[in-house]
Amino acid sequence: MRPLRLVWIYPDLLSTYGDRGNVLVLERRAQLRGIPVEVVEVNSDQQVPRDGDIYLMGGGEDLPQTLATRRLLADGGLHAAAERGAVVFAVCAGYQMMGVEFGGADDTPVQGLGLLDIRSGRGERRAVGEIVADVDPGLNVGRLTGFENHQGVTRLGPGVRPLARTEIGTGNGDGTEGSYAGRVLGTYLHGPALVRNPNLADLLLFWAIGPLPPFPPQAEELAKRLRAERLAAVLPQLSSGGTVLWHRGLPPPITPGPRTPRCRSGRIRWQKPPSDRTRTGQRRFASASTQGPGRRPRLPRPRRSPSRRS
Amino acid sequence: MDANTHRTRLPIRAKLASTVGDAAASVSRLAGKGDGSVIGGRIGLRLEPDLLSLLAVGRQVVLVTGTNGKTTTTRLITAALAPLGGQIASNIYGANMDAGAVSALSRTPDARIAVLETDEKYIPSMVQATSPRVVTLLNLSRDQMDRAAEIWLLARRWREALAAAPECRVVANADDPLVAWAAGASRQVTWVAAGQAWREDSWCCPNCGAHLQRDGDDWSCRECGGRRPPVSWMLYGDEVIDPSGRSTPLELALPGRANRANAVVALAVAEAFGVRLGQALREVRGVTSVAGRYTQVSRRGVDIRLLLAKNPAGWLEALDVVAPAPAPVLLAVNAQGPDGRDTSWLWDVDFRRLRGRTVLVGGERRLDLAVRLEADEVQFRLVSTIEEAVDAVRAGSANLEVLANYTAFQQYRTALGRVQ
Repeated sequence: MRPLRLVWIYPDLLSTYGDRGNVLVLERRAQLRGIPVEVVEVNSDQQVPRDGDIYLMGGGEDLPQTLATRRLLADGGLHAAAERGAVVFAVCAGYQMMGVEFGGADDTPVQGLGLLDIRSGRGERRAVGEIVADVDPGLNVGRLTGFENHQGVTRLGPGVRPLARTEIGTGNGDGTEGSYAGRVLGTYLHGPALVRNPNLADLLLFWAIGPLPPFPPQAEELAKRLRAERLAAVLPQLSSGGTVLWHRGLPPPITPGPRTPRCRSGRIRWQKPPSDRTRTGQRRFASASTQGPGRRPRLPRPRRSPSRRS
Repeated sequence: MDANTHRTRLPIRAKLASTVGDAAASVSRLAGKGDGSVIGGRIGLRLEPDLLSLLAVGRQVVLVTGTNGKTTTTRLITAALAPLGGQIASNIYGANMDAGAVSALSRTPDARIAVLETDEKYIPSMVQATSPRVVTLLNLSRDQMDRAAEIWLLARRWREALAAAPECRVVANADDPLVAWAAGASRQVTWVAAGQAWREDSWCCPNCGAHLQRDGDDWSCRECGGRRPPVSWMLYGDEVIDPSGRSTPLELALPGRANRANAVVALAVAEAFGVRLGQALREVRGVTSVAGRYTQVSRRGVDIRLLLAKNPAGWLEALDVVAPAPAPVLLAVNAQGPDGRDTSWLWDVDFRRLRGRTVLVGGERRLDLAVRLEADEVQFRLVSTIEEAVDAVRAGSANLEVLANYTAFQQYRTALGRVQ
């Protein structure tokens, strides 16, 4: 059996904060299912192999982000792989790089890799903290929990679907979090995003190799506890029933009743894909009442203050 | 300058600010709220915004910065300068921003030399305010990224600040490419080969971004021609090689490679002040613990040693210090404000070397650490207090190595009776 090939792109440039965690989680979740794994770390002075199954991209500061993008465009390996249908998972700065353009140093627009129909720029303030977001129910992943640390604002074009709706935190900046198209998926959850979200890790593995053998339950006991602890820490009202959310395949938890004030996007409902286009052609969430079309993502503004994307 | 002249020389407003700040610090200390240096300094600065530069006038200031080893190196430099005689001002309690520096200078008006641990972000303002004689740059790596600045950006700020201070001598680690680039703009640099165990933040050239060529401690950039500068001091195993090429055993009381590197840096700083190697080294060897770190305490028959590490590079060095198997290890992690609220950094630490050992896991974020260890196939047991850890090991071992990040360390230190 040919081993599953995980390709970690440019850890020398794009690894600021625990990005290795995603590689380790995918490797472990495959191996404990009896799937052999090969991990390939590709530095920025090496060629990106075209025959990988899952490509991973981490976070980075402004300058490394721009340098890495330039090199990947010149290299062409990632594009060839994505065209072939390989899975690409990118976090934070890596997520922005996937887009048509992003804000480089001093927020000057930089041409992105163009693998996702998104455009990113710099927001007015830095988003730092725990993030909770409900993943598109079509992906069968449930709720995301993680940490974000970025100043990016990302506008989604018609060619992508939002990955999730933000419950706590900032994400793309318009009530959505991350985006995906085909098997290319990006998120603002930074660093080891898959650690607290094993379902997302399994989605990537499923995309790469099809139906997965069962995962030994005792091997994810700790991850479940950690996940429940982190969700309970930021969603106090769910602390008693937080673990229920773990089950796969549940409809998105739109819980009535009190919510924390920070939970601004609480009333957003998922809508069917074909009808959710705005006049500008952007796909976006419909809103029940308060989140009318007037609430738009903040457009990037030129700023002097530098930012780290991770 | 004779005794007690510094405060009397101050302008009246600064004198008042200094006195009131000291009084506030004393009150805070007496009330049991720590050592009071931050509150005292803050009050002083509120009354006289230029207090720091006024207090620094006429003194020879050494600033010590870097991601790791600041507190220890500050302590070692203070020891190494002791042969000069006289009092030395120092923020020995680790209050390393402007308020802490104000407090340290304010309460030692007679000290003509000041050795100040300085937060990485505060280097530009501290260089400007204190006109230091020496700035010491130890290392630069990822640290508490939810509140600290980017390290490439920090290096740029250091570089600009030092380029604007031509009178200042820089003592810098040539083995850390980011540090070398930051120091490279200054006119007088003493380069020290202090080594670099953590390399994950310096695979690329800070000048042009190209992938660096690395061979042992040597590094160079093919694109822009940047390279490791020639050094005059060197850490070589357990020995220091001084600028004359002579090698001397360090024989420190403090454990670990990182502390040997810190000691060599301290010796280089002492040389800049005219202290001879032999004299300085004698004092440096006498340092046995720094603010509770490396201290040994006994608890119900178990000797506990406390080690502090706050970020991946620090943990890498600390795991090197931990006594070899079979000594049990307690790892503890919190994620309070001072620790950084994000535990992602745990995934940058390679824990595989702990496989097969007795490992206990504590701290407020022990589940994060547990999942991390599980991924590295390290067996462990969760404990909620240090007493529980002692209970877990006392049947089979006479000692326990404790490695904790900042607030977890402080909690254990308090639980063990505020050990020094």
